[in-house]
Amino acid sequence: MKVPHGAIDCDIHPAVPATSALLPYLDDYWRDQFINRHIDKSPFTLMSYPPNSPLSCRPDWRPAKGLPGSDFDALRRDALDAFGTKYAICNVLHGAVALFNEDMAAALCAAVNDWTVKELLDRDPRLRASILIPYQNPELAVKEIERVAPDQRFVQITMLVMGDTLLGNRRYWPIYKACEKYGLPIGVHAGSLFRTAPTYSGWPSYQVEDYVSNGAAFENMLVSFIAEGVFQQYQKLKMICVESGITWLPTLLWRINKEWRGVRAEVPWLDRAPAEVVRDNVRFTLQPVDAPSSDPDKFLRTVEHIGTDKVFLFSTDYPHWHFDGGEVLPDGLPEATLKKLLTDNALETYPRLNGGGTIGQVPGTQNNGEKIR
Amino acid sequence: MTRHVVASVVDIKPGEKKLVTVKGREVGVFNVGGEFFALANRCPHAGGPMCDGQISSLVAPGKVGEYKLTRKDEFVRCPWHGWEFDIRTGQSWCDPEDFKVRQFKIAVEPGEALVKGPYIAEKFDVAVEENYVVIDM
Repeated sequence: MKVPHGAIDCDIHPAVPATSALLPYLDDYWRDQFINRHIDKSPFTLMSYPPNSPLSCRPDWRPAKGLPGSDFDALRRDALDAFGTKYAICNVLHGAVALFNEDMAAALCAAVNDWTVKELLDRDPRLRASILIPYQNPELAVKEIERVAPDQRFVQITMLVMGDTLLGNRRYWPIYKACEKYGLPIGVHAGSLFRTAPTYSGWPSYQVEDYVSNGAAFENMLVSFIAEGVFQQYQKLKMICVESGITWLPTLLWRINKEWRGVRAEVPWLDRAPAEVVRDNVRFTLQPVDAPSSDPDKFLRTVEHIGTDKVFLFSTDYPHWHFDGGEVLPDGLPEATLKKLLTDNALETYPRLNGGGTIGQVPGTQNNGEKIR
Repeated sequence: MTRHVVASVVDIKPGEKKLVTVKGREVGVFNVGGEFFALANRCPHAGGPMCDGQISSLVAPGKVGEYKLTRKDEFVRCPWHGWEFDIRTGQSWCDPEDFKVRQFKIAVEPGEALVKGPYIAEKFDVAVEENYVVIDM
């Protein structure tokens, strides 16, 4: 079904049009380096989203030229106006997070964040953003969080689900400590650095394998967060699985609850059933919906199995191609669940999203709006 | 209820257990630091033979990276799935509300009291000078 006006879209992807666009946001040294070494000609696009792949951009959202998501007017029209969005959280994915040169990574992340302020946040009051962090080096990542956190329009940080180490690892905890302190959830987005294989049996042959393997990667990453005790250490922290799919979650919860009972002595800090920790601290964006759209009951059964509807966050994943027209929501959602999914859950998850959302007229219909808060 | 003499106290030392059969039911008799407890030899989760499980201590929850062994030998781990049960209460540590091993009333009685009867001790010759483990069932 279509989304009523006033929803909070927790995942859209504006793109930096070219590395040269970041030059004004680099300091003298790095600007000089980028120009002299022709680094500004490198695209820094992540291999997870090859620009010409059909998955990376819906056909009617593909710009005449340039990268998907790089045309600001098109983004405003297609991602915000078309859905009547109240807020949309920009996840600017960028190759900076894959660099081995940690200082260059930090300079590029800072440039992307400053570009985001100037070119996105300052240009439309509906936009919010994730902080891109150089988490190759947690110390530099914390510095970047501290630098940009005063701007309340940054509402979370971004990490990729597949990388050098599972994300629950204690090496990343200084980042999580800063996130808890500043009220920033961790947005873990689908994608890989592609210097480790995206499957546990090495390298696949096709993009479809890369993309689908994200579901398994999210399971691994989630179990890592749980077992390592991240949420025991930082109890107020929220982690959001962004573009993860959802229907794999119930079986994971059943299994991890069961195994925990048998081997919990290994991780004694995990003092309650893992599924409870997930319900309290972990959230999931809606798109891609990995359930059959023709049978709403199947999606509702998944919600029932998960045991709560407070974990779902509305998203379009603009401009990635998961649905056509305005049919962004699964059919048949109960009204109470819909209300939580569209606004309430996001407001509870992102402390920095102040104010309420209003649910208005569904675009293209005659229905009168209904107050949601 | 009938009182069944199932063991001599000296047969089950602290930290040890013994499987006995009372009225056709298998019962695990556990000695926790000199106190005796009787649990059905059937795990409430999947029916595993509880008394074959390892007697263990409780790894108490604490801060991440801290490991603390407490309540020495007060738990038994089901041999099938490793779930931990509190020998004193029969309750599952992870899920105390939903999973509880059946307990039986158990006592230590001097032989002097037992010889007055009534009791069932088919396998024992009760001696006046010794103490015995007695289950009510």
